[in-house]
Amino acid sequence: MDNFFIQLIEILTISSYVLLIVGPLLICVAFLTYLERKVIAAVQYRKGPNVVGMFGLLQPFADGVKLFSKETIIPASANKVIFILAPMVSFALSLVAWSVIPISENLVLADINVGILYIFAISSLSIYGVIMAGWASNSKYAFLGALRSTAQMVSYEVSIGFVIVCVLLCVGSLNLTDIVMAQKSCWFFIPLFPMFIVFIISALAETNRAPFDLPEDESALVAGYFTEYSSMLFAMFFLGEYSAMILMSSLGTILFLGGWLPPLDYYIFKIVPGFLWFFIKVGLLLFVFLWVRATLPRFRYDQLMRLGWKIFLPLSLFWVFVTASVLVFFDLLPNPYG
Amino acid sequence: MNLFFFLFASITVLSAIAVISSRNPVHSVLFLILAFVNSAGLFVLAGAEFLAMILLIVYVGAVAVLFLFVVMMLNISLEEIKNQVKKYFYSGLFVGLVLMVELFFSFSNLDLIRNKNIEVINNKNLTNTHLIGSVMYTEYFFVFQLSGCILLVAMIGAIVLTLRRREGVLRQDISKQVSRKKKDSIELINVKNDNAN
Repeated sequence: MDNFFIQLIEILTISSYVLLIVGPLLICVAFLTYLERKVIAAVQYRKGPNVVGMFGLLQPFADGVKLFSKETIIPASANKVIFILAPMVSFALSLVAWSVIPISENLVLADINVGILYIFAISSLSIYGVIMAGWASNSKYAFLGALRSTAQMVSYEVSIGFVIVCVLLCVGSLNLTDIVMAQKSCWFFIPLFPMFIVFIISALAETNRAPFDLPEDESALVAGYFTEYSSMLFAMFFLGEYSAMILMSSLGTILFLGGWLPPLDYYIFKIVPGFLWFFIKVGLLLFVFLWVRATLPRFRYDQLMRLGWKIFLPLSLFWVFVTASVLVFFDLLPNPYG
Repeated sequence: MNLFFFLFASITVLSAIAVISSRNPVHSVLFLILAFVNSAGLFVLAGAEFLAMILLIVYVGAVAVLFLFVVMMLNISLEEIKNQVKKYFYSGLFVGLVLMVELFFSFSNLDLIRNKNIEVINNKNLTNTHLIGSVMYTEYFFVFQLSGCILLVAMIGAIVLTLRRREGVLRQDISKQVSRKKKDSIELINVKNDNAN
C-alpha cells in the first residue's frame, strides 16, 4: 500500500511539472499568433492588430474567447468518435514532445537517453491527427488535404532523419543535453551549414507551413483537413500547429544553434541566463517561419515532392557520407567509452 | 512500475482484441496503432528505450500510415470481410498455432536465447543504443547487411511494379527552364507585307 502512495505522489509532482511547462507554452502559442499577424502586417506595410489592448496585445485572448463561445458543429455524416478524437490527438502530441526539450542546463522534465528519437517518434505520430480528421470528416476536401499532408510529412521526415543522423555522428549520443554540450566549442550550424538549411526547409514542410501549406491550401481545398471543424475542435488543431512550430524551432536550436549556450565563451555573455539565450534563438527561428510565410508563394504539389525526394534526400544522404568520412579521416569520432 | 505495467499491458491486450473484432476496418487499424504504442510503453518499462522508439518510428510512423492509407482507399465492405474470414479461417488458425508453439519453445529455453557475449560487453556501463550498435555492427555485421539487401530488393521491386512511362505527360524540368535564353525562344522574322497597296 505504501508503494502505491509513493507512486501517487510521484505522479502528482510530475503532473505539476507538466503544468509548469504546458502553461507558459500555451501563452507562447497565443503570442506567436499575435506575432505572426504583426510580422506579416509589417512586411505588407499594414498595422496589424492594434485595437484590443495596448498595441493589440490582448488580441490572441479575444480570439480565444471567440473560439470558446462558438458552437461546435459535427457533420451528420462524420464518424463522431474519430472526428472528436483527431484534434485531441494532434494537440496532445504537440505538447507531449516538450517533456524532453532541455530549456537550460538541468532544466528538463525527462532527461532520457533517446531524447532525439523520442521527438522524432512523436512528430511521426502527429500524422495520425491529420489523417484521422480527414477520414472522419467524410468530406472530399478534408480527405484530399489529409492525404496530401500525410504524403508530405512522410517524405520530409526522411530528410529530417538524415539531418539528425549527421548531427548524431558528431555528438555520439542521442541525449539532447549531450547534443547541446557537444557544441561548446563550435555550434553545429557552422560545420553542417547545408544540413541546417535542409533542416529549416524540412521543418517548414513538416509543420505544414507556407510555402508548403498544401494540406490547407485555401484556394483549392477550402481549408484542407480541418475544413469541417469549428469552435474548440478547430482551436485544438490551431494550437497544435503553432506548438509544433515552436517545437521544431527548439529542435533546430538544440541541434544547430547550441541550445542554451551563449554565442561566445566570454563573461559578459555568461551573465545572461541560459534559458534566455534559448528563447532568443527559438524566437529567431520562429521569425524565419513567419518571414518565409510573408515572402514566398505556395509551392505546387509536384514541386514539393520533387524537392523532398529528388533534392533533399540525395543531398542529406551525401552529407551523412561526407560527415562520416571526415570524422573517420581526421579521427574525430566521439568515443562512447569516453 | 507495476501500475504502468498493468495499464500498458491491459490496453495492449484489449486493443489487440478490438483489432480483430471491430466492424470497421479503419477502426481496426487505429486499434492496431494503439496496441503498437502501448507495447512501446512496455518496452520502455523493460528498460529497452531504443527498441521502443524504433517501434514507434518504424511501425507506427511509417508502416501503419501506409496500412491506413490502403484501408481507407480500398473502402472494403463488411460482407466481403465476412466471406474472407470463412475462407482464411483454417490457414489463419495454422499460422497462429505455429507462432504459439514457437513462443512456447522460446519461453521454455530462455537460457538459450540469452547470448553470453552480450553480457560480456555490458560491463562498461554503456547505454542500450551503444550496445545494440556495437553488437549488430560487429558480431552480426553480415546478417545485418543481408537484411538490408533484402529490403533494398523489395524496394526496387515495388518501384519497378509501379513505374510506368506515359506519353503526353507534361513534366517540369527546372534546369531547362532556368537555362533558357532570349535567343532560344524569340526569333525576329522579317515578314514581307504583300497587302501594302
